[in-house]
Amino acid sequence: MRRRFLLAFVALLAVLPLLPVPEFWITQANYIGLYTLVALGLVLLTGVAGLTSFGQAAFVGLGAYSAAYLTLTHGVSPWLTVWIGLAFTFGAALLLGWVTLRMSGHFLPLATIAWGLSLYYLLGNLDFLGKYDGLLGVPALSFFGMPLNTGRSFFWLLWVIVVLAALAVIALLDSRTGRAMRAVKGGTTMAEAMGVDTFRIKVTAFVLAALLASVSGWLFAHFQRTVNPSPFGLKMGIEYLFMAVVGGVGHVWGALVGAGVVKIMEDQLQHWLPLLMGTSGNYEIIVFGVLLILVLQYARDGIWAFVEARFPKPQRVRDWADAPALPERPKPPHGELVLDVQAARKQFGGLVAVNDVSFQVRAGEILGLIGPNGAGKSTTFNLVTGVLPVSGGQVLLRGEPIHSLPSREIARRGVSRTFQHVKMIANMTVLENVALGAHLRGRGGVGASMLRLDRAEERRLLREAERQLARIGMADRMHELAGNLALGPQRLMEIARALCADPSLLLLDEPAAGLRLKEKQALADVLRQLRGEGLSILLVEHDMDLVMGLVDRIVVMEFGTKLIEGTPEEVQASPAVRAAYLGTEH
Amino acid sequence: MDFSIASILMLDGITNGAIYALLALATVLVFAVTRVIFIPQGEFVAYGALTLALLQLGQVPGTVWLLLAMALLAGALDAVAGLRRGLPAGAVALGAARSLAVPVAVTAITVWAAPLKLPLMLQSLLTLAIVTPLGPLVYRLAYEKLADATVLVLLIVSVGTHFALTGLGLVFFGAEGFRNPSFWDERFTLGPVTLAGQALIIFMVSLALIIGLFLFFERTLRGKALRATAVNRLGARLMGISTSGAGQLSFGLAAFIGALSGLLIGPTTTIFYDSGFLIGLKGFIGAIFGALASYPAAALGAVFVGLIEAFGSFWASAFKEVIVFTLILPVLLWRSFQAGHHDEEE
Repeated sequence: MRRRFLLAFVALLAVLPLLPVPEFWITQANYIGLYTLVALGLVLLTGVAGLTSFGQAAFVGLGAYSAAYLTLTHGVSPWLTVWIGLAFTFGAALLLGWVTLRMSGHFLPLATIAWGLSLYYLLGNLDFLGKYDGLLGVPALSFFGMPLNTGRSFFWLLWVIVVLAALAVIALLDSRTGRAMRAVKGGTTMAEAMGVDTFRIKVTAFVLAALLASVSGWLFAHFQRTVNPSPFGLKMGIEYLFMAVVGGVGHVWGALVGAGVVKIMEDQLQHWLPLLMGTSGNYEIIVFGVLLILVLQYARDGIWAFVEARFPKPQRVRDWADAPALPERPKPPHGELVLDVQAARKQFGGLVAVNDVSFQVRAGEILGLIGPNGAGKSTTFNLVTGVLPVSGGQVLLRGEPIHSLPSREIARRGVSRTFQHVKMIANMTVLENVALGAHLRGRGGVGASMLRLDRAEERRLLREAERQLARIGMADRMHELAGNLALGPQRLMEIARALCADPSLLLLDEPAAGLRLKEKQALADVLRQLRGEGLSILLVEHDMDLVMGLVDRIVVMEFGTKLIEGTPEEVQASPAVRAAYLGTEH
Repeated sequence: MDFSIASILMLDGITNGAIYALLALATVLVFAVTRVIFIPQGEFVAYGALTLALLQLGQVPGTVWLLLAMALLAGALDAVAGLRRGLPAGAVALGAARSLAVPVAVTAITVWAAPLKLPLMLQSLLTLAIVTPLGPLVYRLAYEKLADATVLVLLIVSVGTHFALTGLGLVFFGAEGFRNPSFWDERFTLGPVTLAGQALIIFMVSLALIIGLFLFFERTLRGKALRATAVNRLGARLMGISTSGAGQLSFGLAAFIGALSGLLIGPTTTIFYDSGFLIGLKGFIGAIFGALASYPAAALGAVFVGLIEAFGSFWASAFKEVIVFTLILPVLLWRSFQAGHHDEEE
């Protein structure tokens, strides 16, 4: 259904210039195409990666001025200037992203505001770029000797690029890198635990968005045939974001719809409002501003969300059944020391959350970590997985110290985990969420995904994801959106995601919370089976029936300190444990 | 450059820097309490300066009608919400009357007083009375419904608000700029430097406002409630502090500071309907020195921005804005290393 619509749309684009459409509408369509390219980048940046930029117009300007200046004064071929413009843009975006993206997400947009203003005033004051008058007489593009000097001839080149860019972005989102990009939106802890270098992914998203804007600028220069600073100012930067938000910032085709709606609306408003006010001026920004606020208040997913609701995405075709299995890391021999926590300590100011706790986990063993609420169990988890740095002590994984490594490096060494509060990507399917766990087992990058060269690897990753889902009994729900699952199945999905990483140590934070009895029994069976395969498991759980029947040894924590360590029987018999849970008689 | 030029530039930079410092403080305040990055802060500067300019001409400024319209809209929304919740009609009417009282009174006074061409001080007070209530109304209409949204969404709302307020500024004040009369025309000569009375006023008012804010936050219950909201919204709510009230109060303070800055800067430079944006952003860059969190760092950063601007306009006047806005990059770089360090301590 969707594919048929897409084909019909492409066919319409192909014949449109041949039809007796007035020149005005061809020009209009060309502008919409130019804007769509920029808005597409914002979908990637804002809708997918959860960042934003008000400086996209400046990147358009960088592309446009590179093209205009180099062709006019140095006679460089436009087919070369596009790459030079992209190189400039790459450098500028890399610098901005590198400087700001280590900090909270709102410093990037602030920096892009300043960048947009700076570039605008710079372009307007440099003599060799013609100051505020800009550069005139940019030559038209020519395509194998055919000049693209009319709106209609330019239309084809532009829209081929727009459609290819949209398809490339769609392909990117449906890939290993795309999943990682979506994972950074809600926060970085989960993505890092899956081995994603979140800083790098964010910079990548920002640079890609800037490059799309730069291509739009190159096309703009050769379409308009003149460049001056005004279309590259901050006002336009904000309008690009407006387009993406109105169209639907989470949807690739929302960029197209948003660009179309905003361009047509802008034209009408620029015609009518000055008549209404009696003088000329940018009165349309009042309407844009108010509309932007209303869209965010009442329809945050934009126009495309309504289309999406009527024509839901088709189910993924299951084409990975015969894909070769992913290689697995050799499991440590049964009984070998896997995790060695030596006097680990964590202080938050004056509060000692974990007080010199030591314990060991061996290969093929399940260690239970129990204790009343606030005993420091989850903090201990965070110390082992590198979410928090230790204040003192050591954590060794198979003899190698890991306590000063970032989460993703610990994940690379074979530690995988689930979270006490489920962390997932609600608008991705269960299968895709689980496949995120296999991030470190693939290597397909941005370029490969956009060109769909990663499909063989992608099939292997999805096959592994399905295998792990089947293991915990959820294969029949793999096409559902993760956000639609109840809490219990969401926890199981997290376990499948952790298993997808092929860990040698698995950390489960309250995996049975929210599960029904049958599901708990099934979970226990799976964990026993994993233990049989030589996996080590560290388990935090409050369901004592499950813990006592499953684990080999137990560590009891209270107020940040280790109370006792022993077999389930020893722990159950201990008066100290009873006192910790039930209080003592005085 | 000799010493006299340097000292003139220095004085110039500190004068503007004092105003940027006020705006930086307002930015930090609003961000701390509501998580809103308040890009339209500068619009209140322009509204303040230009409302006074129109009063000087004996005209009724359009900002009054904006105030009335926004108050009516907010009152209507409140009434609808109240009726939906099943409140008695009497209570709804009373609530509406209470929230409309001030805007209606301000409108009436302005319409009556505008043609009288009152003394400058009274017109300034009237200007503050017109622009300050716009702050809470902007919060009520644009942000309150999204109070729990991400910082990113709130930032995009800010940009939308900036668009709307700038466009309305064009409607109210036209494309021409205005320069207000000085509050104090006296000039003092200190060696090579001539100190204008207006600059002295700027220093004194800035200092008074900073002390006033300090006392407000340290000594009053409402100030402490705002600080509590800044630290933990949910916790403050559980203690009976209305986070919506805190939001409106912080926006009211921001609008007041903005309008006051507009009054102060109006006599030193020509203000256009869209001048406020750049002025506000310079305060913003100051605030980024303090990572939008530290008041003293924000104020010092803003003064530094003023100095850079003054010296930049002497050395390369065409590139003054480029220099000021590129300054954000090294500042952010410095902050990002600070931030990395900070995480390790936690």
